[in-house]
Amino acid sequence: MSGGWPTDVLFWAFSAMAVISAILVFVTDSMVRAAYWLMASFVAVGAILVTLNAQFLGLILILMMAGEMTIMAIFMVMFMMNPAGLNPMLMVHQHRTAILSGVGSFLALATVGLFAEFPDRPAAIVGPAIVPLGQELLGTSMLVFESAGVALLAVMIGAIALVSHRGRYGDAEQGSEEPPLEVETSQ
Amino acid sequence: MSLEALLVVAAAIFGVGIYGALSQQSFVMIMMGLELMLNATILAVAAFWWGSTGGNPEGQLLVIVVMTAMAIEAAIGFALVANVYRARKADITEKLKRLRN
Repeated sequence: MSGGWPTDVLFWAFSAMAVISAILVFVTDSMVRAAYWLMASFVAVGAILVTLNAQFLGLILILMMAGEMTIMAIFMVMFMMNPAGLNPMLMVHQHRTAILSGVGSFLALATVGLFAEFPDRPAAIVGPAIVPLGQELLGTSMLVFESAGVALLAVMIGAIALVSHRGRYGDAEQGSEEPPLEVETSQ
Repeated sequence: MSLEALLVVAAAIFGVGIYGALSQQSFVMIMMGLELMLNATILAVAAFWWGSTGGNPEGQLLVIVVMTAMAIEAAIGFALVANVYRARKADITEKLKRLRN
């Protein structure tokens, strides 16, 4: 999909949605709403990826983030004191430094994006990229794909080990201190 | 739609993510800031893929690697939040004065 004004209109609409909902994540009082604003930002970026001819990546980004943000909303309800946002809330520290860092990094990165000399497109886009991507994933680049899968499996095991009720040294409530070494009393 | 516009949008999302990760007190909100930064990374990588390689599928693998990093960050982050809450009853950074035990 290489241009035309409908693509441009879609791109700017989704870009505005991505940035505005990203800002709303940290403005809204309700943490559950923050999770869903974050999901809206991811959905907008996924839609931009679809207009960039990366349909597969855009759709799996949306699918992945829908699941993850649901888990995040559940976490908010479980752990936070005010998940519904009934009271106004501003839970921040070092606010001025954070704002300056955010604006500064935006300006620096945007300057690089606007003024760096990137080479022009060396190859023309030919057709949808899904079939070549699938053949690449299960063909010559299978090692990357499989490594991602093995890494996710290792993380699943590690996360379960981290949150499991009974740790290696006893109950999780007792902390994770090692028991003292048993010293044999010499006679 | 041009590479420059895409990179500026990615920079804006990244800046918001930096602000969130540095300013928020709640652990899960900090994770949201990190996820926004990775979101911007995905957009920038996809923009470079779109603007340079012309549909070459190998370029999309980098986005898949970033998505894997995102899933790993979320899983480990949730596990750590659950563990810290169980050990210390802490849900914001200000309640943690030390990391040990």
